[in-house]
Formats: sequence, structure tokens, C-alpha cells
Amino acid sequence: MKRLLPCIALLALASVPMWLKDPYLLNAFVTTGIFIIAAMSLNLLLGYTGQLSLAHVAFFGIGAYTSALVALGFDVELVGGIRVVHEPWPVWLGFVIAILVSGVCGYIVGKLSFRVRGAYFVIVTISFAEVVRLVALNWVELTQGPLALTSIPPLTLGLPGLGYFDFFSKQSNFYLVLGVVALSYVIINRLVNSRIGRAMVALKENEWLAVSVGIDVTRYLVLAAVVSAAIAGAAGSLYAHYLKIIDPDVFLFLYTVTMVIMVITGGKGTLAGPIVGGLIFGFIPVVARSFASPELQWILYGLFMILIVFLLPQGIVPAIEKWFGVGEEPREPGATKPKLQDVP
Amino acid sequence: MTEYLQHMINMLILGSTYALLGIGLTLIFGIMRIVNFAHGELYVFGAYFVYFVAVLLGFNFFLSLLFAILAGCLLGALIEVALLRPMRGADIDTTMLIMIGAMIVMQNTEQYVWGGVAKSVSTPFPETPLVIGDFSVSWLRLFVFFAALALIAAAYFLINRTKLGKAMRATFQDRDTAALMGVNIQAIYMATFAIGSSLAAAAGALLGPVYVISPQMGNIASLKAFAVVILGGLGSIGGATIGGFILAFAEEMGAGYVSSGYRDAMGFLLIIAVLLFKPTGLFARSERVG
Repeated sequence: MKRLLPCIALLALASVPMWLKDPYLLNAFVTTGIFIIAAMSLNLLLGYTGQLSLAHVAFFGIGAYTSALVALGFDVELVGGIRVVHEPWPVWLGFVIAILVSGVCGYIVGKLSFRVRGAYFVIVTISFAEVVRLVALNWVELTQGPLALTSIPPLTLGLPGLGYFDFFSKQSNFYLVLGVVALSYVIINRLVNSRIGRAMVALKENEWLAVSVGIDVTRYLVLAAVVSAAIAGAAGSLYAHYLKIIDPDVFLFLYTVTMVIMVITGGKGTLAGPIVGGLIFGFIPVVARSFASPELQWILYGLFMILIVFLLPQGIVPAIEKWFGVGEEPREPGATKPKLQDVP
Repeated sequence: MTEYLQHMINMLILGSTYALLGIGLTLIFGIMRIVNFAHGELYVFGAYFVYFVAVLLGFNFFLSLLFAILAGCLLGALIEVALLRPMRGADIDTTMLIMIGAMIVMQNTEQYVWGGVAKSVSTPFPETPLVIGDFSVSWLRLFVFFAALALIAAAYFLINRTKLGKAMRATFQDRDTAALMGVNIQAIYMATFAIGSSLAAAAGALLGPVYVISPQMGNIASLKAFAVVILGGLGSIGGATIGGFILAFAEEMGAGYVSSGYRDAMGFLLIIAVLLFKPTGLFARSERVG
């Protein structure tokens, strides 16, 4: 049952472009899928290691910009008159480099910010995201600043013997995104069900105890940050090549909040949580746009988020599992979890 | 040199309002252990309230400042009772999520009510600036500086010289012992959040007329308040005051001598640097309040 359900869900989703012809709804599926990938990667940090990182949109945006710039080429003059010229490279290479660059950024940010915990960690990560946004806004020579990077080519894949295939249509992008969702799911599943994943959960449950039994805290946290950032970078790259335009607004705090809401609503620390939460929050705007202006939609988002924290603090997926009695493992009720909170 | 001194004058004025924002936030974090993401929204609330009372209702400018501070106090108490009291004892991430939710709701309500067009408030101060030698400073900014200093002094007095302040400091040091000594913890929490909120509203009310008022200005205000608090050490009022001026100094220098586009980045770079090298903040020996 546990193994069958994801496969059924995958098949059901794969059939969507066959019967759904409305381009608006298909578009909603694609962008929702991209945000689900980002939310899944955030869940690795928030749900499995228990660290509320608000820098996630930075990795998403770095992935988007890196991928776009590799594909478009650039010509910038650095400090000291060094001129860097980059000729456009194949787009799939941009996708790969975006993942690598985001991963490296995740390593650096993780290495630096995991020296603090709790409120301090949240504030360091949010500061990092804001600095990256301001760089994207002000380094006009590289990023075009508020003018945005435009005419980003769609992702192309060269198959030996079959020629090139470009992901231009909504249908092809749908399958591309679905494929990356499935791949991320498998990677995260393998990771959290391994020795490493158990170490991460141990850190979340009781960091002092985990340290005392010899778990290298920083190593595992940084590892989680690298994988998480790399997947977020992949999502960003897909976003850039799907929308074909990218501006510094991708770094807005609201996008981080969207990812956090998806994870919290679906159920942090569960594999299906971000997917369920992502589908809900991806399609609320589709339903709400008929009667509510964007501000009202956001007000609903905010209220919904508060309600979920009040009523279903574990999220929807654990609540359903509990309802059907198929919970992964019994959670000890009301167990207090001493953390290294606020201990810098 | 003249340019430098002009930057210093701007720094003092900006710093005094940053200090106000920071003191409010540091009180809330120090005593309640809540990372208040809605702090910037109370700042925006203060600014719009002045616009509402002074421009739309036509009240006296100074009176509307006072109203805005009182309204901020009430709204803060309301948020505390409605959103935070039921979640007492929840961990810091949970209350943070609630405050992020509150931030989204408040920001978009402002957007919904006031629209996207920025509002400006006219003041009774003369348009021509005060010129002394080579320097000039507008009368309004001068007023903002002294009003902010007065409010900072009032906050100090409240925390250090009144019975309520004593109870707040006791709660900060040891909540359970304070409760055993007969301190009404619930009332202290509500008072703390209300006072912190009213200081944020005051900062907004003072700065709103200096700039223009828009719903988005809360984001950056929240982040700047975090910067101020981190610089000074969470829970330290003196630290927040000095932190406010340091942030303003870094921004003025950054905007004046590096690039004006990176003005807002200075605060974040400072936060990152402080947390990496001296995570307890520049001034607090350990976490403290008062």
C-alpha cells in the first residue's frame, strides 16, 4: 500500500495532459509542479532536520538566474577591469550547472549559518535571501536588474539517434516537471530512509542526545542543505526555462512563504506532505481568482496558514494517516523536544 | 568633510527611528521568545493611521501621532490575545509561522484598503530646511529625531523605573519564579506585545510623513528591525538603541560611498557578519533585557 500509492498518484497525474486541454489549467499544473519541487526540497530541511530556512527562494532564484545566464551568455566587467565573456551554451548544460551552483551556495550558506540555531538561524537565512535579491536587482550588467532577463530559450534535450527535443509546449513541460518531481521524490525518499536520514531525524528530535551518541551535527545539516539547495536550484531552472523571463521578483519573501505554507499544510517531515500541500496551494488561486482579487487571495493564504498551525499543526498528511491508521510510526503524544533553540 | 557631516546628521535621524523599531522588537523577543514577523506591519499601520486621522479626518498632526501610537498599542494587545495567547508554550518555530501568517494578512489588508498608490502626509512644518553653515536639515526630520529620542527615553523609564517594567524584567529573567512571586504573566505578555507594537507604530507614524506610505514598506522595516536587534543582542534595549544608530551609519556610508542601490543590503551584511563572529550581538554579555 505504502509503495503502491505513489505509483498510482504518478500514473493519475501522468494522464492529466491527455484529458485536460485547457491551457490555463495546464499552466497551473506546471507552475504548481515547479513549486512542489521547491517545497519538497524545503521539506528536507524544515521537516527532516527541523531547521526553518527562509533562504529557500534564494536557491530557487540562483538556479533560475544561473540556468538562464548559461543559456543566454553574458559579458560583464568585474572589479579591476577583468572582463568575463560567456558565449551561450546548450540549455541542458544550464540546467546541470544551475543544480551545481545552487548546491555550492547551499554548502556555503549551510556551513556559515548552521553555527546558530532557532531565531538566529531564521534571521541569517532571510538576510542571505535579501542580499541575493539586492544583488540581482543592482548588478544590472549581469542580470539586467529590474528589466528582467528575457527570451530565455526552452530546455532542450539531445537524445542520441533521435535528434533534439525541446520542451516548448505546455504538455511537454508538464511531463518534464512531473519527471523531476518523481526523481526528487525518489532521491529524498532514499536519503531520509537511509542512515543519513535517521541521523537527521535524530537531530530534529533531540540535538543534544544526537551529539552525545556521536552524530556529527554540522556535517548532516550541511549535507541536507546542499541536497535541498540543489533540488531548489533545479526547480528554479525549470521555472526560468518555462516562463522564459526572470526578474529579481523571484527572490521575493512571499515565494519563500508560499513554499513554507505548502510544507506546513501538507505535513512537514512526510514525503507526500509537500505534494499535497503544493497541490492545494497551487490551485487555491485558480479557484479563488474568479471571486477574489490577489490581495484577498493572499489574505486567505495568511488566514489559512494560521488556521492550519492552530488546528492541524502536524499537517494534512499525518492527520489522514492517523485517520486511516496507517501512520509511519507511532508518534509519542505531546513529547517535548528540547532543542538547541536560541543557543547561538 | 561637509558631505561626511551631512551623512552623520542623516544617520542620527534615521538611527533614532531604527532604534524605536528595534526596541519594540527586542522587548517582544526578549520577554516572550517570539520572532515577530508582523513588527514591520505595525510600523506600516502607524504610518497609515496618521494618514487616516490627519489627512482624511483632518485632525491636528501632533494629535494624530498620539492616536497612531495608542492604536498600535491596542492592535498589539489584540494580536497577542487572539493569536499568541492560545499558543502559549508552543515552540518558537510555531509562533513564528503564526506571525508570518499575521504579516501576510496585515500587509494585504493594507494593500486592499489603501490601494497600491503611495500616500503622503503634509505636516505643519515649514518647507524650507533649517540651514546652519553648510548643513541643512528639514524641520520635520529634526522633529522626528527629537520625538524618537523622547520615546526611547520613555521606554527606558518604563522598563527601569516603573513597577510594570520591574515585572517585565523579572519575567524575562525567570518566568516561573516571577509567576510564583505574584507577577501576572499573561498580563505582562500582553503589555509587552502592546508596548512593542506601539513603538513600531510610533516609528511608522514618525517616518511616514518623511517618506511616502505604501503597503510594501513593512517588509523592509521588519528586516531592519531584525538587523537592529541582532546587532544589539536579542533582549537588550541599550543594544537595540546603539544598534539602530550603527545600522543607520552603515546604510548612510554604504549609500554615500559605495552604491545607493546597496543601501538596504548593508543591514543584512551586518547581520550575517555579527551572527558569524559574535552571535550574542555586539553589546550583550549574555541575553538580557533592560
